Amino acid sequence: MPTLPDNRGRFGPYGGRYVPETLMPALLELEEEYTKVKKDRRFQADLAYYLKQYVGRPTSLYRADRLTKRLGGAKIYLKREDLCHTGAHKINNAIGQALLAVRMKKPRVIAETGAGQHGVATATAAAMFGLECEIYMGTEDMERQALNVFRMRLLGAKVTGVDAGSRTLKDAISEAMRDWTTNVRTTHYILGSVLGAHPYPMMIRDFQAIIGREARKQILAAEGKLPNYLVACVGGGSNSIGLFHAFLKDPKVKMIGVEAGGTGITSGKHAARFSGGKPGVLQGTMTYLLQDENGQINLTHSVSAGLDYAAVGPEHSLYHDLGRINYTYATDSEAMAAFDLLALEEGIVPALESAHAIAHVVKLAPTLKKSQLIIANLSGRGDKDVQQVAKMRGVTL
Amino acid sequence: MSGRLDSTFSRLRQSKEKALIAYLMAGDPGLPETEQLVVALEQAGADIIELGVPFSDPIADGPVIQQAAERALKNGTSLRRILASVTSLRQRTEIPIILMLYYNSIHAMGCGEFCKAANAAGVDGLIVPDMPPDEAGPLKGPADAVGLPLIFLLAPTSTTDRRKLVAKESHGFVYYVSLTGITGAKLSNATDIQQNIEKLRKVSASPVAVGFGVATPEDAARVSKMADGVIVGSAIVKQIAAHQQDPGMVKHVAEFVQSLKAAMAVG
Repeated sequence: MPTLPDNRGRFGPYGGRYVPETLMPALLELEEEYTKVKKDRRFQADLAYYLKQYVGRPTSLYRADRLTKRLGGAKIYLKREDLCHTGAHKINNAIGQALLAVRMKKPRVIAETGAGQHGVATATAAAMFGLECEIYMGTEDMERQALNVFRMRLLGAKVTGVDAGSRTLKDAISEAMRDWTTNVRTTHYILGSVLGAHPYPMMIRDFQAIIGREARKQILAAEGKLPNYLVACVGGGSNSIGLFHAFLKDPKVKMIGVEAGGTGITSGKHAARFSGGKPGVLQGTMTYLLQDENGQINLTHSVSAGLDYAAVGPEHSLYHDLGRINYTYATDSEAMAAFDLLALEEGIVPALESAHAIAHVVKLAPTLKKSQLIIANLSGRGDKDVQQVAKMRGVTL
Repeated sequence: MSGRLDSTFSRLRQSKEKALIAYLMAGDPGLPETEQLVVALEQAGADIIELGVPFSDPIADGPVIQQAAERALKNGTSLRRILASVTSLRQRTEIPIILMLYYNSIHAMGCGEFCKAANAAGVDGLIVPDMPPDEAGPLKGPADAVGLPLIFLLAPTSTTDRRKLVAKESHGFVYYVSLTGITGAKLSNATDIQQNIEKLRKVSASPVAVGFGVATPEDAARVSKMADGVIVGSAIVKQIAAHQQDPGMVKHVAEFVQSLKAAMAVG
């Protein structure tokens, strides 16, 4: 497989740079700067230092014995991104891009956030590097992730609610792009997933690929062989591509991306782009989108704010077409059941996003032999969701 | 055909006038009103009409145009219906009409089918704000085949290389974005606009129109001294929004456009 993307930021037919001209010079500058730091020993050493000493990497690869026994099939390992500082994999990318912002002498960073994890990660990195920080968040997400909104403010970030459209992640991205267009000379946009215009999908994948590099070493050390399956949830697709990337050239390792099935595909209230979408252009990139016949973007639904988005990263679209990664979905209720299961069996409260990956493990593991291995990416912890889950169950805290 | 666009600019050049390009969100408040507005604005002095095609996620637009798009989408406005409106307008007016639309609207119809339909309807040019020349490949062939000019945007942040690229690829005119920002923001420093237009003139023979942030007759007067055309969008859309329930809406908007053109004619 050739190195992707190509020099125009394309993953086959997907990707590219569909942005207003005002942003083109900034994207070209970012690409140039990123190409430099990729080979820059000092930068890579700084990044490695912060990932180890600040984020707490490497994260562990935990053998989930009780879950394995309960499901009665394949042996299940969890890649514990929930143990990262701030509680999710998002910090891997936020630290990388904040370091880049410092290097590009941009005193201000902005970000969008859905579940709030990327916003918290960006606010954290900004505080640590002394950068001014503004986070855009849909007002519906602000409501369901109130705890993270307060966390971001504690970290000194300005949180700006976005009241347009579906008032979720998509609208937060549009608003962040508008801010970037306006303040591009002083501001770096720390996009949170493998979305948007080139070089973002490539750069963010690179920053997240450490997940899979670690997991590969860890599973070889623990089991002396590669896993049969990798499972991860797919919103924009950064934790999944982060886990999968180091295994793409191992043809025997099967990969499954789990999208948000919402209340079911036929209900239309979901965010399963590969089940209900087709290619188009949204927010800078050509990729699979949930859209109507006129190309208007559909409203999406998921119990988890982090998966509630109409587009998927362009690299995923290519691997979908090639059949290298299989994409399925878990519904809201399947994810909620998995959320409870992991809490009760393993003492780990997963993020609602990651619970979608676990929900698929619940279906997959019993169909496999005991000698087979699954690694599921536990992309984040569920502390942020506790309030929402309590509310859904009618519990007043 | 780009005939209408080219001949408008050359007619204005001969009479030493500048082009007033009036932006309307197609379908706001409804397509029948949009058609009435096009005719009324031509009579009020608009030289070119830019019709916005509503899109659910307009990343280059500010809140005024975004809300207009939401209103238009809510009443069922679609690209096909807008093209039908242009077809019907062509029985009444020869004013150049260019479409401003996001790339996904074109992609959903297919570049080939869209260009043929737009040309047949009587559209005179396309502005696709989220499609820089770098990504225009799939649209360029079909657009060239029917003689539909692609108008590209140049920004204050554009480098020398970008300026050359935009100058080379843009047909009909070059759309100079007056500010680093989105539509409807406040007009920035006139000196910067002047300097950037001078740099553009060195690499382009096309007319230059300036848009984003031109809101008042004073702005229009100031910008028209530097460029061949002035694009007014959000300020017009705001007038339409303010007078939505008012039977005199078309007249109000026409008077505003008249005041813009009157300011430009001076000097």
